[in-house]
Amino acid sequence: MNLNGEKIAKYALMTVAFSAVASLLLIAVFIFKEGLPFMFKVGLRDFLFASDWDPMAGKYGIYPMIVASLWVTLGAMLIGAPLGVAGAIFLNEFVPKPVMRVVKPTIELLAGIPSVVFGFLGVMVLAPWIRATMGGPGLSVLAASVILGIMVLPTVISISTDAIGAVPNSYREGALALGATRWQSVYMVTIKAARSGIIASIILAMGRALGETMAVIMVAGNTVKIPHSVTDPVRTLTANIALEMANATGMAREALFATGVVLFVVIMILNGIALSTIKGRVRRK
Amino acid sequence: MRIPPKYTQALAVTVLGAATVFTVVVLVFIIVFVLSKGLPGINWEFLFSAPKDMGRAGGIFPTLVGTVLLPLMAIAIALPLGVGTAVYLTEYTRETRLTQVLRFGTDCLAGIPSILFGLFGFIFFVVMLKMGWCLLSGGLTLAIMVLPTIIRTSEEAIRAVPNSYREVSFSLGATRWETVLKVVLPNALPGIVTGVMLGIGRSIGETAAVIFTAGSALRMPASAFDSVRTMSVHFYILAREGISNEKAYATAAVLIISVLLVNLAAYSTMHRFIARRSR
Repeated sequence: MNLNGEKIAKYALMTVAFSAVASLLLIAVFIFKEGLPFMFKVGLRDFLFASDWDPMAGKYGIYPMIVASLWVTLGAMLIGAPLGVAGAIFLNEFVPKPVMRVVKPTIELLAGIPSVVFGFLGVMVLAPWIRATMGGPGLSVLAASVILGIMVLPTVISISTDAIGAVPNSYREGALALGATRWQSVYMVTIKAARSGIIASIILAMGRALGETMAVIMVAGNTVKIPHSVTDPVRTLTANIALEMANATGMAREALFATGVVLFVVIMILNGIALSTIKGRVRRK
Repeated sequence: MRIPPKYTQALAVTVLGAATVFTVVVLVFIIVFVLSKGLPGINWEFLFSAPKDMGRAGGIFPTLVGTVLLPLMAIAIALPLGVGTAVYLTEYTRETRLTQVLRFGTDCLAGIPSILFGLFGFIFFVVMLKMGWCLLSGGLTLAIMVLPTIIRTSEEAIRAVPNSYREVSFSLGATRWETVLKVVLPNALPGIVTGVMLGIGRSIGETAAVIFTAGSALRMPASAFDSVRTMSVHFYILAREGISNEKAYATAAVLIISVLLVNLAAYSTMHRFIARRSR
């Protein structure tokens, strides 16, 4: 009787353990089921590499959105990655431990600021400033990049700090004993040893920037056009989905799911790279 | 020409320090700015009365209720699944190919952007299962979204329970399930609570996944099949449609305070947990 209960518990837990994987598959299946047939109906070339997006007229080219997502994500990384990695290095190597023990949790706490709040500040503070100093409408590639760059800072700092903190102290001591300055030991030894973790933090942040939706809708301007300068307004892939979802039916809705497929594939590739970099490090240890 | 190491050292410290200070200042500025603009608009009436004229006047009470109900529903669904997964991974199996797949799936799920959760929740719960925009559709979608967080924190918490506890339990004749229920889980509870708090924090701040699954109706939900509007969604609509900046700031202030409080509770629980463990 008792043993029977044990068996039930074991199999029940085993079933439950598949919930995350099953959800992942379910999400993939449903987004692909809605999106893939559309891609082939329209043709990959007319979907991925055409520049007119006008669902009313049966034109579904998402090329401007792909370019926009690329620009905005790269822009966010140009701002977020150096700042975040610099912060992680500084907190680990040049600051007394008690200070770090206060600053790091504070930064992680800030990871909880809802993305819509970031977007709102972009609209109220950043966009008017860009409009006044650089011209253009203000809502732009630049505004989106800055906001996303700030948003990913906690991700970059948190994961990079862990990676740098995991470098054994003997490495640093070895470098210092050889007469290196603190900075020399950092960039010749510590950063090299923590490299994979730092790279993983940047790739994960990239995935977050690429996938962010609401903040981007608020600050990017949402014009479907290939940008020529950083002050041009753009519409990203994620913004395209969220903006048109409410009213779309039929083919137009399928087009949004097809946009979701593109996003899903790119994010999965980024995650795969990040996860395997972290795994590689663990194996090497 | 080489710059003497003494100077590169000083330069590096200055640049890195400046970057760090800049980061902290920007993040703190965001909070201070929103609070300074929003706090004056918060009072008893704002919190506990219904919005009037699409939110131009009145309060945010129904969205406050939505913001409590939706995360709670998500946690109620995700908690048994997440803790169950963690227990299975730590107590019932060795590291095999299967556990690798389960962990990889969890990590991938954690990386999926919220808009894709929204798309999925919409087509699966709202359209296919004909549930419509409602509390339940939103709760199920958010449950999937926070599942990875709960699995990971629970797993860490369970792993941190010393093996000697389990051995004592087994030696007293307890079965594995009894040990899990009476020894492992009670001792891992603070860690699990941390995961729950983080999940709630994330659900409160979420917009994209919620707006397409729970909808945005501005009235009190009467059942799980009614549409709700959370504070995040309300704030988004106020700000995006330019309904009222004043109300938007006040809503944002309430939103930020709630998320920070929940996250603070999560971290302090975790710290007490770690402190007790290392004693």
